Amino acid sequence: MSTTATGLSDRSPADVAESARSVTGSTSLDDAAWRRFLHGLPGVDRVGADGRAAMLGTRSIKTTAKAWALDTIVRMVDLTTLEGADTPGKVRSLAAKAVRPEPNDASCPSAAAVCVYNDLVPVAVEALAGTGVKVAAVATAFPSGRASRAVRLADTREAVDAGADEIDMVIDRGAFLSGRYEQVYDDIVAVRAQCRAGGRHAHLKVILETGELATYDNVRRASWLAMLAGADFIKTSTGKVSPAATLPVTVVMLEAVRDFRAQTGVQVGVKPAGGIRTSKDAIKYLVAVNEVAGPDWLDPDWFRFGASSLLNDVLMQRNKLATGAYWGPDYVTVD
Amino acid sequence: MPSQPSTTSSTSSAAAAAFEYAPAPESRAVVDIRSSYGLFVDGAFSAASDDGSFKTVNPATEEVLAEVAEATEADVDRAVRAARRAQDKVWGPMPGRERAKYLFRIARLLAERSREFAVLETLDNGKPIRESRDVDVPTAAAHFFYYAGWADKLEHAGYGADPRPHGVAAQVIPWNFPLLMLAWKIAPALATGNTVVLKPAETTPLTALLFADVLRQAELPPGVVNIVTGAGATGAALVGHPGIDKVAFTGSTAVGKRIAREIAGSRKHATLELGGKAANIVFDDAPIDQAVEGIVNGIFFNQGQVCCAGSRLLVQETIAEELVERLKSRLGTLRVGDPMDKNTDVGAINSSQQLARITELTEAGVAEGATRWSPACDLPSSGYWFAPTLFTGVSAAHRIAREEIFGPVLSVLTFRTPAEAVAKANNTPYGLSAGIWTEKGSRILWMADRLRAGVVWSNTFNRFDPTSPFGGYKESGYGREGGRHGLASYLIEGSTY
Repeated sequence: MSTTATGLSDRSPADVAESARSVTGSTSLDDAAWRRFLHGLPGVDRVGADGRAAMLGTRSIKTTAKAWALDTIVRMVDLTTLEGADTPGKVRSLAAKAVRPEPNDASCPSAAAVCVYNDLVPVAVEALAGTGVKVAAVATAFPSGRASRAVRLADTREAVDAGADEIDMVIDRGAFLSGRYEQVYDDIVAVRAQCRAGGRHAHLKVILETGELATYDNVRRASWLAMLAGADFIKTSTGKVSPAATLPVTVVMLEAVRDFRAQTGVQVGVKPAGGIRTSKDAIKYLVAVNEVAGPDWLDPDWFRFGASSLLNDVLMQRNKLATGAYWGPDYVTVD
Repeated sequence: MPSQPSTTSSTSSAAAAAFEYAPAPESRAVVDIRSSYGLFVDGAFSAASDDGSFKTVNPATEEVLAEVAEATEADVDRAVRAARRAQDKVWGPMPGRERAKYLFRIARLLAERSREFAVLETLDNGKPIRESRDVDVPTAAAHFFYYAGWADKLEHAGYGADPRPHGVAAQVIPWNFPLLMLAWKIAPALATGNTVVLKPAETTPLTALLFADVLRQAELPPGVVNIVTGAGATGAALVGHPGIDKVAFTGSTAVGKRIAREIAGSRKHATLELGGKAANIVFDDAPIDQAVEGIVNGIFFNQGQVCCAGSRLLVQETIAEELVERLKSRLGTLRVGDPMDKNTDVGAINSSQQLARITELTEAGVAEGATRWSPACDLPSSGYWFAPTLFTGVSAAHRIAREEIFGPVLSVLTFRTPAEAVAKANNTPYGLSAGIWTEKGSRILWMADRLRAGVVWSNTFNRFDPTSPFGGYKESGYGREGGRHGLASYLIEGSTY
């Protein structure tokens, strides 16, 4: 792919670097410069942020709004399998489900993407060819990221070469927590270059692993660092660390993408991942997108859910809304 | 923050087609509103002595909800006598541990019937169901739970070994938090062994009358709590009644002053919780997104009809422009409309008189040269409505910066240094509350030491808790409600050893 799904012209590496220099007000982009900028961002008060998320969670989404929300959630799901036990068969089955989540209902949209480990990208690419459902690969020594940069870049290159449309990379949380921001920035820039190598254009999602960053201040700083390094999406979690996505963390990230667009004109997407299992929870995230970042983000190009079991609950709720009766779990496929 | 760039992605408009929240009305079937209500005196409902009554309306629709008896002087006298009898014979002599049982029972009944109370409060008052459901009713129950715990521990409260109740308390409460103010008044009075004659506001009597049913369920002895409905004349008759030992009033400073004059030289004790013109002070190192939420909650909670509302925003000049921009985009997402809809953020103004006052002061703001701004919002055609409003370019001399508006109107002023912020915040005849927004802990403490306000919130606003004393400096009144301090107003210190 040479352009993004949105038809936006891509930022060149020079544009990204220039924007980072201009926003941080520093030509050097070293650790000191990053610390000055990132630690100068407004703080996040935890009690207030939790309270805001809790209030958004009280919105009552019913009838037509609920129907719209459920379909939108289906369209935003990155249907994910990230197990040591994954096989080509499992991935093919997941791909089929992503394309037609509800085989008896043509009005049910497809999911956004199938998200797999690197080695299963070829299987997914083959299964999804021509369907419009994207293939996302986790790369860069997912989930810990504890490998040399060379290994992480090779990991990325392999996934891109195999035809992945989207790369979900992890940041080096150790480097971030010890203040080596320049290293984190350079990592993202380098992975991004791999995503764009050889005329390809894989979307880059940067996983912050907010459960390990621990504070909301860190979430805001890591969000800005990733966006300034050229991330197309910022993503909460790998799903391998607890807590994974939470509503307040997602609200903080939505504030970051909103402010980033206001300042730079560049829109970045958000992907909460891990732990969102019910329609009710997912609808709270949509409400947060709507009221914090704004309706411009209410689209699979700008908001995704990383989830495995969420889709089944949404399908059951969809059916309940249409027929007035709940399906048992036996009426939706286990994968 | 610069304004949004005009060229965003081409998909934006398509995506924006979207998330319209469908109406999510709370059902009013959970509450039975009778067509008429009497006075609750000595454990039973009765008509006014002259059969007088008045109407209470739903301010969101102007629909008449019920006819309510208007108590005369004779009715007030009957209520005070019933309260005296109950105090002498039953409630005064009763051990604290027994009084506590009634209070716990009332608290539990309020919690169990919370939906009914929330719906009725919203219908009668106009506030969003989200607030009556999540704030008013649970906090009211919490007050009863809290003071129930004190009833058998009064000798350990710091008011001597044998603190005594005053006797009969006259309690006059406002329309902005009808049930919550009732709880603030009745819970400590009963815990300390006083009996009560309560007058709810004439525009919002219904939850107090439903509360009488809770008292019946709790089997509270007759006469311990009496509820007389009516307007100013009823309130004046109650406060002026010679059988009253203690007056507790929440309302306007003008009426508060009148009460203070009226009871001067008498044996009556008084606590007055009056108006406010609180400063919400935002420093340039504040957690900005939470500060925006706090400002919104500070002035648009309950349509700004809150005595401790953060109606003066004092913002450090370095971030004033950015903060106002952020505030404006946040106000654009406020959902104004049907208070019964669970997604409504801002409901109706309580009465046409209040709407007229808000309108008058807002027009004065424009006439004095301040810049008025409101988000685009469709207001319903019937009922009493006022769009969330923000004034910039406000000078400390403007009426909108000095007078209590008691509506959804925020005046934005700026400051340069912490000392200037303190001086401006304190430059008001009022002193009920204040807010400080900064990430610097030492500055919070420095400011809190210097602000002449009964409640100082740091990095939050409009948080209420039964354990925390609430009350004013200067013309915001005297006495404290809530916490251990709230007991003092209902006790005479004892010295029996």
